[in-house]
Amino acid sequence: MFELLGVSPQAFTAQMLIGLINGSFYALLSLGLAVIFGLLNVINFTHGALYMLGAMLTWIGLTQLGYWIGMPELEVPYLVALFLAPLIVGAFSIVVEKTMLKRLYHLDHLYGLLLTFGIALVLEGLFRHWFGVLGNSYPVPDMLRGGLRVNGLFLPYYRLWVVGVALLVCFATWYFIERTKLGSLLRAGTENPRLLQALGVNVPLIITLTYGAGCALAAFAGVLAAPIYQVTAVMGSELIIVVFAVVVIGGMGSIAGSILTGLGLGIVEGLTKVFYPEASSVSIFVIMIIVLLLKPAGLFGKVR
Amino acid sequence: MNTTTVTTATSNSMSTFTKLSIVIFVLLALLPFQNFVYDLFMMKVFCFAIFAAALNLLLGYAGLLSFGHAAFFGSASYVTAHAMKEWGVTPEIGLFIGVICSTALGYVFGYLAIRRQGIYFAMITLALAQIIYFLATQVPFTNGEDGIQGVPRGEFLGLIDLSPSSHMYWFSLGVFALAFLLVMRVVRSPFGQVLKSIRENEPRAISLGYDVDRYKLMAFTISAGLAGLGGGLKALVLQLASLTDVAWQMSGEAVLMTILGGIGTLWGPIAGAAVIINLQNYLANLGGWSTIATGAIFVVCVLAFRRGIVGEIAHRLKIQL
Repeated sequence: MFELLGVSPQAFTAQMLIGLINGSFYALLSLGLAVIFGLLNVINFTHGALYMLGAMLTWIGLTQLGYWIGMPELEVPYLVALFLAPLIVGAFSIVVEKTMLKRLYHLDHLYGLLLTFGIALVLEGLFRHWFGVLGNSYPVPDMLRGGLRVNGLFLPYYRLWVVGVALLVCFATWYFIERTKLGSLLRAGTENPRLLQALGVNVPLIITLTYGAGCALAAFAGVLAAPIYQVTAVMGSELIIVVFAVVVIGGMGSIAGSILTGLGLGIVEGLTKVFYPEASSVSIFVIMIIVLLLKPAGLFGKVR
Repeated sequence: MNTTTVTTATSNSMSTFTKLSIVIFVLLALLPFQNFVYDLFMMKVFCFAIFAAALNLLLGYAGLLSFGHAAFFGSASYVTAHAMKEWGVTPEIGLFIGVICSTALGYVFGYLAIRRQGIYFAMITLALAQIIYFLATQVPFTNGEDGIQGVPRGEFLGLIDLSPSSHMYWFSLGVFALAFLLVMRVVRSPFGQVLKSIRENEPRAISLGYDVDRYKLMAFTISAGLAGLGGGLKALVLQLASLTDVAWQMSGEAVLMTILGGIGTLWGPIAGAAVIINLQNYLANLGGWSTIATGAIFVVCVLAFRRGIVGEIAHRLKIQL
């Protein structure tokens, strides 16, 4: 079959894996966007910057922090960063929500988008000022070095780990929101916040925590990305537009929808790279146009 | 977004707005005769003022936030630059070709984007604009990272050489004045009134029998054409068309100019453009600082200064600007 298509099975599988990895990042990021959008009605434009922040914190923890505090031998290991970076970013986002975003809820939703866009610019500018735009590489953690050999194909452990962990986190988020008591409160909050408040639920607290958690997801994706992509100040702004296109295609109707669309589009992009490399960077946007023409609300979206 | 009701001048005497506009234009026309303000700086302001005014037409009067207007600005910039350099046309023909392209592109993008509203509309325009960015990096005539450099300014109507900055200044001021009059005309026409009614209450506009989507599409197309005019002029003024013009950050800048100046005011986008261009001039050599400042102004505007500079003045003086 592969011979007929003029593609070697190795190249095909390799691109599928790359597609799946990209898809995992799309899924994690669009999932965070969907969670935040569901409750706050805000398109979180900072999402790309927070993803960058996650990766940057990981890199800083490993290579810079020790020198800054005068203990050169100190290194924050990967696994610690995997927890710490999302925590820091989540806390930062909670401060942003409490001090700024909260003031805009009574206004047109567009103001939320504009505010988060401004914050994203500030974050990106700060890191560009401090570290420039050159890429920094982050070594793959020791325990995940090497890879599997299957039929003359090399599958790096780290990439498999990324796909596995991303799927796990996506599933856990979906399970939490769709299947638990707390998740049902959250969904109720998106339907009718006033009623929920009247029932004695602290809705503002739920909103704050949801925003923090959604942003932490972005940072988590950033930590996962650090050993795969170059860590730069602009890595987020390149990715966020693609994720927005993914969100438009998926329609942000459901949590599961954003996960499936993210993964699916990553794979489609990978496949385009096999069969028609020139089009791979625009394939998602072309799909977006087709979907918009046929189904303006997106694949999983509800017409509002 | 802006809910202040706008009254159009009906009396025979000139409105404050008209008087003030005339004064400002006269001052702008006299600018080359002094030594304080740099010609090229003002020309750049005109280009971006047209761009911001185009966005304002859409955001301020139709309530549609486009985050992809760089696509129109940039494509017209490339097309005008190409026409001037390779085909050797006169500047007005070059601008015309650029505007035709951006208008056509605006129609296509508008057709796709107006199917969704609010935040989705913004995201769709952003994603569509990114296609143009990718094209600009791939298509041979744009020269990728280098852009089209050394664009000749040509001779206006084949008579007046625009290479000297003083001549170019008058030309760009003229283009800017035309664009300003066009926006004013559109805003004050029955068409503009319908746009406002759509902004204020879309379901009501629909129930009154207006084909809302058609109006939105028209507004979007006009706005795209106007953004293209700004982009084409920019290619002539700076003699350069580059990837910066089509990058999505450029769309964000236009939005910022509009908000900073005052959404839904005619002079707002111009004031906003002047401030932002000034700021970028000062911070140009300071690494990330220009981005940081841009972002910080965005945050402040959205949080505490939503009327913008001109909007605030107009509100205080209780006049329409």
